[in-house]
Amino acid sequence: MLAARGLTKNMNILVFAEQIDGSFKKSAFEAVSYASQVAQAHNGNVTAVVPGNVADDKLAALATYGANKIVCVKHDNLNGFNAETYAKVICNTASAEGSSIVVISNTYSGKSLAPRVAARLKAGIASGVISMPNTNAGFVVRRNVFSGKAFADVNLTTAVKVLAITPNTFNTLENAQAVNIVNAEAGLIDADFTTKSVEINRVTGKIPLTEAEIVISGGRGLKGPENWHLVEDLANALGAATACSKPVSDMHWRPHSEHVGQTGITIKPNLYIAIGISGAIQHLAGVSSSKVIVAINKDPEAPFFKAADYGIVGDAFEIMPKIIEAAKAFKAG
Amino acid sequence: MKILVCVSNVPDTTTKVIFTENNTQFNTAGVQFIINPYDELSLTRGLELTEKLGGTVTTITVGLADTEASIRKALAIGATDAVRINAAPTDAYFVAEQIAAYAKDQNFDLIFTGRESIDYNGGQVCGLLAEMLGLPSVNVITSIEIDGTTANVERDIDGGREKLTASLPLVVSAQKELTEPRIPNMRGIMAARTKPLTVVEPIAIETTSASVGFELPASKGSVKLISVEDAGSLIGILHNEAKII
Repeated sequence: MLAARGLTKNMNILVFAEQIDGSFKKSAFEAVSYASQVAQAHNGNVTAVVPGNVADDKLAALATYGANKIVCVKHDNLNGFNAETYAKVICNTASAEGSSIVVISNTYSGKSLAPRVAARLKAGIASGVISMPNTNAGFVVRRNVFSGKAFADVNLTTAVKVLAITPNTFNTLENAQAVNIVNAEAGLIDADFTTKSVEINRVTGKIPLTEAEIVISGGRGLKGPENWHLVEDLANALGAATACSKPVSDMHWRPHSEHVGQTGITIKPNLYIAIGISGAIQHLAGVSSSKVIVAINKDPEAPFFKAADYGIVGDAFEIMPKIIEAAKAFKAG
Repeated sequence: MKILVCVSNVPDTTTKVIFTENNTQFNTAGVQFIINPYDELSLTRGLELTEKLGGTVTTITVGLADTEASIRKALAIGATDAVRINAAPTDAYFVAEQIAAYAKDQNFDLIFTGRESIDYNGGQVCGLLAEMLGLPSVNVITSIEIDGTTANVERDIDGGREKLTASLPLVVSAQKELTEPRIPNMRGIMAARTKPLTVVEPIAIETTSASVGFELPASKGSVKLISVEDAGSLIGILHNEAKII
């Protein structure tokens, strides 16, 4: 029965756990938790694979989230992300473990890596997965399509499957296993490293938009970049990331990395507060999966009010200081 | 330089998305199709590079005859020639395999894809194609310069930017900011009519996935309005009622 669904008893699920500077991102723990849940549902086991020099005490955290085995592939050139070599390492591990499923978190690194892994393993791939696999008729997962305007269910029909799961969609869940760390050889030579990182500029302390639980976003209604303290002060008080609409990004009031919408980034935070954004269909496409949406706009006919859970009709310059004050008090209290 | 630009034909951004056949098919009635916006960036950057360094820009599309309007537009923007693999683009793996089969003995120096297509948002063709061709890949690039057989690229990473060097041949995916897309002029449109558009039959391959169906998200109930005077109460409501902070 299980074999007919393309899964075997004691099947192995391989999880890529992404580290930056020797520490794991939250998305790595989400991926291990996801893999562990799938394993529990199908009598399987989980192996985490970690390219890079990560200390044992950090690796052990993966066991807390359900990894039965942790394969660490230490190599100085693997400390920084590199799609081609990471794919080789992951696939070598998948072959050694006989993995049926490979789980990768769909961060920018994951997006670069997962398709390479799929092609190398001749595995069907679903990118941006937002559900557990449904194995009643095949191996079906759900993903967002049309830039967030719809869901698509796709059946992966190959023996091995690659799932690139959307960050901040699945909870981290503790399911402690015995810590079992194994060091593996990378099996790589210098010539394998054909792309070389020259410089990395990371805004430290800033929450990446795609992983943020709360996002405060501003649009043309804020009149100019000099008014962005109305967005940033609220974001600081709530520990939120900041975002913006396409016109704001096009006018260079804010960096393009903040643009959410159909031709920007699609996000799925718990809370999205939109200030001075009308809610055109292309913007909604990027944010409509948010759990709770608050729209603040002086136009009562703004389309955002049809897509929001809470709304305030009025002047942002009058409204925002009140909300910011309340948020600061909330943070303090 | 011999450059290949992968071009997808997609519904334009204002499309209202509707499904038919018991939610298994995207309804194309009345839908305007365009070149995927990220592929326009690819095409423009490719043309800028060949204008500076010499060479050709070939576009490739996996699609049926109804994609030819977009392909002609790519030629009007300035591509040297175009290839259409005569098959429906059923999934990214299929598309990448078809392109790889065509490209493998063509010796392209640089292959562009878009960061993702705005309809299916997979972002997979770059990595799939590169692995199938045994080439390095860099995704979501915001700039690219060529220096002999080395590419100097900048890409988006989680929370920032990275500068890299990569050896050619290379596969990249175009991100916003790579360049400003070119608009075809009258001369380009006229020239496009006689530029080569070669139709190639697909190779026979097994598929790796099947589309089961689609669903539209549940629409929200009516919005709960808070007055301007009580705007501060939003925080308490989000905490106590929505339980989201």
